[in-house]
Amino acid sequence: MADLTSTFVGIKSPNPFWLASAPPTDKEYNVRRAFEAGWGGVVWKTLGSEGPPVVNVNGPRYGAIYGADRRLLGLNNIELITDRPLQQNLREIKAVKRDYPDRAMVVSLMVPCEEEAWKAILPVVEDTGADGIELNFGCPHGMSERGMGAAVGQVPEYIEMVARWCKQNTRMPVIVKLTPNITDIRKPAEAAKRGGADAVSLINTINSITSVNLDTMSPEPSIDGKGSHGGYCGPAVKPIALSMVSEIARHADTAGLPISGIGGVTTWRDAAEFMSLGCGNVQVCTAVMTYGFKIVSEMISGLSDWMDEKGHTSTADFVGQAVPNVTDWQYLNLNYVAKAKINQDSCISCGRCYAACEDTSHQAISMSPGRTFEVIDAECVACNLCVDVCPVEDCISMEQMAPGEIDPRSGKLVEKDYANWTTHPNNPGAVAAE
Amino acid sequence: MSNSQMTPRRAAGIAAGRLSADQLAENFDDLHAPYAPHEAAVAADRCYFCYDAPCVTACPTDIDIPLFIRQIQTGTPEAAAKTILTQNILGGMCARVCPTETLCEQVCVREVSEGKPVEIGRLQRHATDTLMEAGVHPFTRAKPTGKKVAVIGAGPAGLACAHRLAMHGHEVSLYDAAPKPGGLNEFGIAAYKSTDDFAAREVNWLMQIGGITLHSGKALGRDLEISSLQKEYDAVFLGLGLGGVSALRAAGEDRGGVEDAVSFIADLRQASDLATLPVGRHVVVIGGGMTAVDAAVQSKLLGAEHVTIAYRRDRAAMSASRYEQDLAASHGVNILFNAQPVAVHGNGAATEVEFEYTATQNDTLTGTGETTRIKADQVFKAIGQTLEDAPDGLKIEQGKIAVMGAGRTSQKGTWAGGDCATGGDDLTVTAVAEGRDAAQDIHTTLMG
Ligand SMILES: Cc1cc2nc3c(=O)[nH]c(=O)nc-3n(C[C@H](O)[C@H](O)[C@H](O)COP(=O)(O)OP(=O)(O)OC[C@H]3O[C@@H](n4cnc5c(N)ncnc54)[C@H](O)[C@@H]3O)c2cc1C
Ligand SMILES: Cc1cc2nc3c(=O)[nH]c(=O)nc-3n(C[C@H](O)[C@H](O)[C@H](O)COP(=O)(O)O)c2cc1C
Ligand code: SF4
Ligand code: SF4
Ligand code: SF4
Repeated sequence: MADLTSTFVGIKSPNPFWLASAPPTDKEYNVRRAFEAGWGGVVWKTLGSEGPPVVNVNGPRYGAIYGADRRLLGLNNIELITDRPLQQNLREIKAVKRDYPDRAMVVSLMVPCEEEAWKAILPVVEDTGADGIELNFGCPHGMSERGMGAAVGQVPEYIEMVARWCKQNTRMPVIVKLTPNITDIRKPAEAAKRGGADAVSLINTINSITSVNLDTMSPEPSIDGKGSHGGYCGPAVKPIALSMVSEIARHADTAGLPISGIGGVTTWRDAAEFMSLGCGNVQVCTAVMTYGFKIVSEMISGLSDWMDEKGHTSTADFVGQAVPNVTDWQYLNLNYVAKAKINQDSCISCGRCYAACEDTSHQAISMSPGRTFEVIDAECVACNLCVDVCPVEDCISMEQMAPGEIDPRSGKLVEKDYANWTTHPNNPGAVAAE
Repeated sequence: MSNSQMTPRRAAGIAAGRLSADQLAENFDDLHAPYAPHEAAVAADRCYFCYDAPCVTACPTDIDIPLFIRQIQTGTPEAAAKTILTQNILGGMCARVCPTETLCEQVCVREVSEGKPVEIGRLQRHATDTLMEAGVHPFTRAKPTGKKVAVIGAGPAGLACAHRLAMHGHEVSLYDAAPKPGGLNEFGIAAYKSTDDFAAREVNWLMQIGGITLHSGKALGRDLEISSLQKEYDAVFLGLGLGGVSALRAAGEDRGGVEDAVSFIADLRQASDLATLPVGRHVVVIGGGMTAVDAAVQSKLLGAEHVTIAYRRDRAAMSASRYEQDLAASHGVNILFNAQPVAVHGNGAATEVEFEYTATQNDTLTGTGETTRIKADQVFKAIGQTLEDAPDGLKIEQGKIAVMGAGRTSQKGTWAGGDCATGGDDLTVTAVAEGRDAAQDIHTTLMG
């Protein structure tokens, strides 16, 4: 079995699977059971300043999006930070860390944007023996209206300032959790780095309304006939999270900044993908809220088997491996020519590829008597839509044309050399090729 | 009192009350229980929404299956029902009785690829049940055309024809020899396929369209003359079904206990208390179709101890589908292939049937000379039904009323469809399609 131990900003954990700051980490009872189940670490549910805790709504907090068979694909929540007293949380954090010294214990924090507030909370957290802190600049609802969470996360200057205060006032590593509710994720990441943060974690939840009740005309989840936007998470947000992670990982000013990947991590494979795009570890919330703590067993066995298969001995071997392959559209090789090919042995003749290509793409699939579907190479632009809609995995493949062949669609020779848009004759801003 | 005394399970001969009322109720419960809403959603999710879907092509009534399944999937089963009923007004019954394993589900791409079709029949039932439970009849009549059409036979063919004609604004007189409408839906279909008096409920629901006047107990040839009907009405449709029964042509056919399977099933369907319905301890059913399977299975469910279906050809030639054969086998019915009856033995009442084994040589079936005897105190003939009461003057082909195109008979102004007419399999759904299409043709002809 591969060695899954991970060291993230100096914090060691037996595996790279942490629980994200959320209900699963809101109390001692949960976290102890999570550790027993095998989770490598937790980010404790976000703590606020000393004083009367926030209050949550007393109606539904969650809404959901389903796939087939009510498989939960997306979850939305309007929960706030912890609604339990600060001192109780601190006592519990201390007790759990004492009993599980090998697990990562990071504490999420969200206090008003004043240095005094941070100066007050940092030492009491340090006292618990916690391994680090995560600054919650992400929460899109409830807290941002109070000038915290996403309200801070959307202003890079504030991020930088708060990160700096924290670095100055604690020995603990500082992770800045980013909100995806902005246009360019690189800006807050740069700010965190400038402020001295040790790492960023992303993504927090995305502003969302899951559905509208068409009888009451209230957004869901509905509290007494009204709803407000909540935070979206779960499998549906993974593509967005992966893209944001990759932006930070490959951006010159932030490259190398440790990243903790969050957003839709549900299986070992999701975790491996986040890590290949530069995340030192991952955090999970919705998947455990859906299936319970036990899923970590599958994550551990799956990642370990895959690492063995690939010959990786430690997670560091593949962290960031995919980053060099993320590029801008303009650098994609326009001389790469492919054609869809339907494997007639696995085709079940449903005709979905035909409907998709005929109605919405390039009329590049023919339908013959006997329900035989074939790609017309002279029309196929290799868009991949047929592959995506085909219900049979690997039935349609994209096959690269060999250099020297003639593309029957364009009538042009397939060049063997790489050439991209920057040098393309149709590009008004093309630079002359060397 | 012990249970065995209350229910004389193994009483000799043909006896009633072999099973307790509870057991009977359980035995004759729905063959395929209706879906719970979540089951329906999961089943609907399996449909790929195929392009030019093969299931539609295989449906004799051309129901837009992917569309109605998608309508179920998006939470609008009533809209799904309307999609179904627009093509097939007896979509509720067809959902229960269609041999889907040889129709839509046989060619479903998921059957072909993984041996597990989308359960089209059950989904269809889910949709139509939902609409009918809501008491909705989603069709309205066009304004009256002033045309009058006589429909003879209120089976699936006649009902589908009458409904479509009424929808187009014609005035329909629906005649049937039987005391109740429905044809074989009411008298023939296996009880566990049409529970809770569904056939009658469906007819009542269908009649809500208006413009159809039902005359039960009126037989063509006895109470009605084709020539006067042809004069009195603008068009006549014949949906007579097949009322006669083929003869066994075996010695001893007239012995006590030798009965017509269709009448046995009709009695069963009309029995208000199944415990009063007599059945043999040893039952032999002769035939190879759906009627044979239904008679055998229902005998078993009534408490017969040994039930055998004897069919003169091999398994592949049997017109009951493999699914039906397995259904019989799963109820403990023994199927004997390649055996033809030569005599029914007994002393007054039947006690045994003697069979001769057969073999097929050069496409002809011949007896091998070797025989076997099977104990039988009740013998059901299920070797096919024949056309009765066809009016004189109509061209007959292969024992059925010859039709061209959409049910046009050899006489102008007279159409026919369903089992009594040539073309198509003898199935409920085919009868519906033929009745509907004839109505469409009658409409175009009359409105020309
Ligand atoms: C036992 C049995 C089980 C079957 N099971 C199935 C099944 O599971 N699935 C399936 O798809 N098909 C099944 N079938 C076949 C199916 O029932 C028929 O194909 C279908 O009912 C034919 O419809 P129809 O309207 O042509 O005739 P019928 O249903 O036979 O209706 C004919 C009607 O005409 C009336 N009639 C007859 N003569 C006269 C007259 N002279 N004057 C007035 N009225 C008259 C009759 O009373 C009857 O109401 C089964 C058939 C039998 C016998
Ligand atoms: C009910 C709920 C409450 C959450 N509360 C917090 C929180 O207090 N602090 C925080 O930083 N993130 C919070 N999150 C966000 C999660 O930590 C995580 O970033 C997000 O759910 C994306 O990961 P996932 O797709 O694995 O769920 C919460 C999420 C949920 C669903
Ligand atoms: S790749 Fe695109 S263009 Fe080519 S056959 Fe598939 S859908 Fe059509
Ligand atoms: S979508 Fe796939 S399975 Fe369906 S017809 Fe096309 S290639 Fe065949
Ligand atoms: S063939 Fe099967 S999967 Fe395709 S549309 Fe019909 S029911 Fe759906």
